[in-house]
Amino acid sequence: MTLAEFLTLSKDITLIMVVLSLAVAFIRLARGPSLADRVVALDMMTVSLIAVCGVIAISTGQPALLDVALVLALVGFLATVALARYAERRNEDLKEPSDD
Amino acid sequence: MIEIVVAAFLLLGGFFALIAAIGVLRMPDVLTRMHASTKAGTLGSSLILIGCAIFKADAEITVRVIAIILFLMLTAPIGAHMLGRAAARDEKHRKAD
Repeated sequence: MTLAEFLTLSKDITLIMVVLSLAVAFIRLARGPSLADRVVALDMMTVSLIAVCGVIAISTGQPALLDVALVLALVGFLATVALARYAERRNEDLKEPSDD
Repeated sequence: MIEIVVAAFLLLGGFFALIAAIGVLRMPDVLTRMHASTKAGTLGSSLILIGCAIFKADAEITVRVIAIILFLMLTAPIGAHMLGRAAARDEKHRKAD
C-alpha cells in the first residue's frame, strides 16, 4: 500500500467515525429525558459537524469549508448559550406560582 | 512521510469524536454527559483540524484552523458552565417538588 492510498483510506475511516458520532449524538437528542440532555446532544452534534467540515475540506481540497466550520462554531456557541438561558428561565417561571 | 502524520491526526480525532458521542449516549446523567461532549468532543475536532492544517501547509488555512480551535477552546467552558448551572438548578428544583 502506498502512502497516498493509506491517507485516502484513513480519510474514509475518519469520515465514517465522525458521521457515526453524529448519528449516536442524534439518538441522545431524540431520546434525552430533559431539555439539558437535548442541548448537550445538540452541542456535541455541532462539534462533530465542525470535524466533518475539516475532513471534507481535506478530501475535496476546498478551503472554503473551513469558513463554514468557523461560522458553525460561532452559531453553535450562541445556540448553546441561548438554550441554556431558556432552560434556566423556564425553571424560574415554573417556580414562581408556588412561591406566592 | 507527512501523509502518516496527517493520517494519525485524522484517525485520532475521529476516534475521540466517536468516544465523545458514545459518552453522551451512555453516561448516566446530564453533568457526566456534558463532561464527555465538552472535553473529548473539542479535542477530537481540534485534532482533525490540525491534521487539515498540516496537510495543506498553507498560511491562510493555518490561520483559519488556529482561529477555529481558539474559538472552540474559548467557548466550550462558557457553554458548559451555563448548561451545567441550568441542569443543576433543574435537578434541585425537581428534588424540591
